Amino acid sequence: MEHRVVITGMGVVAPNAIGLNDFIDAIKNGVSGIEFDQQLADLQFSCQIAAKPKLKEEQISTCFSPLELRNFNSTGILYGVIAGMEAWADAGLAINGSNEPNWDYGTIFGACTSGIAKFHESIYKIDEQNVKKLGSTVVAQTMNSGISAYLGGKLGLGNQVSTNSSACCTGTESLILAFERVKYGHAVIMLAGSTSDSGPYVWGGFDAMKVCTYKHNESPKHGSRPMSNTASGFVPGSGAGAFVVESLTHALARGAKIYAEILGGNVNSGGQRGTGTMTAPSPIAVQKCIQNALTNAQIDANEVDVINGHLTATAMDALEIDNWAKALNRKGENFPLINSLKGMVGHCLAASGSIECVAAVLQIKHNFIFPNVNCEDLNPAITDLINENKIPQQMVSKQINTLVKASFGFGDINACIVFKKYHKS
Amino acid sequence: MNREEIIALLKPIVITYAPPSAALDHINEESDFITDLKINSANLVDIVLDVEEKFDITIDNQSMEKMLTVKAAIDVISDKLNEK
Repeated sequence: MEHRVVITGMGVVAPNAIGLNDFIDAIKNGVSGIEFDQQLADLQFSCQIAAKPKLKEEQISTCFSPLELRNFNSTGILYGVIAGMEAWADAGLAINGSNEPNWDYGTIFGACTSGIAKFHESIYKIDEQNVKKLGSTVVAQTMNSGISAYLGGKLGLGNQVSTNSSACCTGTESLILAFERVKYGHAVIMLAGSTSDSGPYVWGGFDAMKVCTYKHNESPKHGSRPMSNTASGFVPGSGAGAFVVESLTHALARGAKIYAEILGGNVNSGGQRGTGTMTAPSPIAVQKCIQNALTNAQIDANEVDVINGHLTATAMDALEIDNWAKALNRKGENFPLINSLKGMVGHCLAASGSIECVAAVLQIKHNFIFPNVNCEDLNPAITDLINENKIPQQMVSKQINTLVKASFGFGDINACIVFKKYHKS
Repeated sequence: MNREEIIALLKPIVITYAPPSAALDHINEESDFITDLKINSANLVDIVLDVEEKFDITIDNQSMEKMLTVKAAIDVISDKLNEK
């Protein structure tokens, strides 16, 4: 039997806001979370701006005990646990206080590195022949599945507890994997989401590839420019987003609030064939992924009201728009409204898909479309394909029925998910 | 350093890793780290690291394995201090 699947809780640790309430205000108002980063400057990075969540002490201490925080140095786990616990509470779910795990509840919470700063610290100790001094938590903090293990323990989850890892597709993919698990009845509730560590050891490789902007070290808030003619590379970011993914029947039975329904999705790869490479997406695969997601969701391309793009603020933005236009067979005035969150929060890498899906779902729930920022000078290669008014630069109040979100990642991989406003029937 | 002085320095280290309990309030030489004080066995290595730092001693693997009770810990610490 197949189940309808809905989102009943969300949490977010974003560079421009911590927690859902502040995040709604931030995205409605185009608030930037990008700042000059002294550490990157000291390390002589080309890009010296970054987008990091600014957590307060009490936000950390409500989720972690003093013992857990001893020798703790994993920003990814920090962000992921705080977002995950917020989503759980937001869904009206209690922390399992019994000795029995909850066999029907699990998590697929993505990450691409874990505790990379802890790893750095540990490598120095090992090389100084001090392996003995590592302490007991290096493994839990640096294993890639650290985030799902921490959440599984805090919440008492007894179903699948796993971490997916698929570069910048990770967040969107985690939602699709959780959706499928609930749809096919393998779990009743799955906590989905993803997290990304902060800092130079994550971002250095991108800086070396020259894919981050170096032109805005003196103007951080203007640095991330998706769809702009002066887009000059992405701004590295970090954070986490989380979702309680639940069967509709279960959600209705316990009277849970419903943010949106997940209609379907698709993940695929271009196999690094044709024009697809490790770092460049195959347009055929991207278009196929979007079309397969619509088929899986059983909706027609003309029903799509809003697209939340991947749109990182590189030369690839125009190609992405072209892919959407071809996949949906819609262009010019007939193209849906489209926005990118990265103008405000940079590219949060492994967390980008989940933070952006939180923003996307909030738009459906609260009937608005957040503004695109830093694209007052739209790229003409984009406006040749779609009308300028399809890229709102002011917040739009509007009911959204169907929203499609996609993420694309290194390895020529794609993930696309379809959300629908939930109507009581 | 006598046993009272050692236990006075040891207590705050142990308390860091033990959940609050009546046994912790009445911690004494007979207290077993795992069964009485409910310390997660993975944290025993952290206790040893903290002890090494506090008493400025080095604890070898064989001695570490013995350190399962407050009494055994005091014995090991006392031996290592005497070796200095």
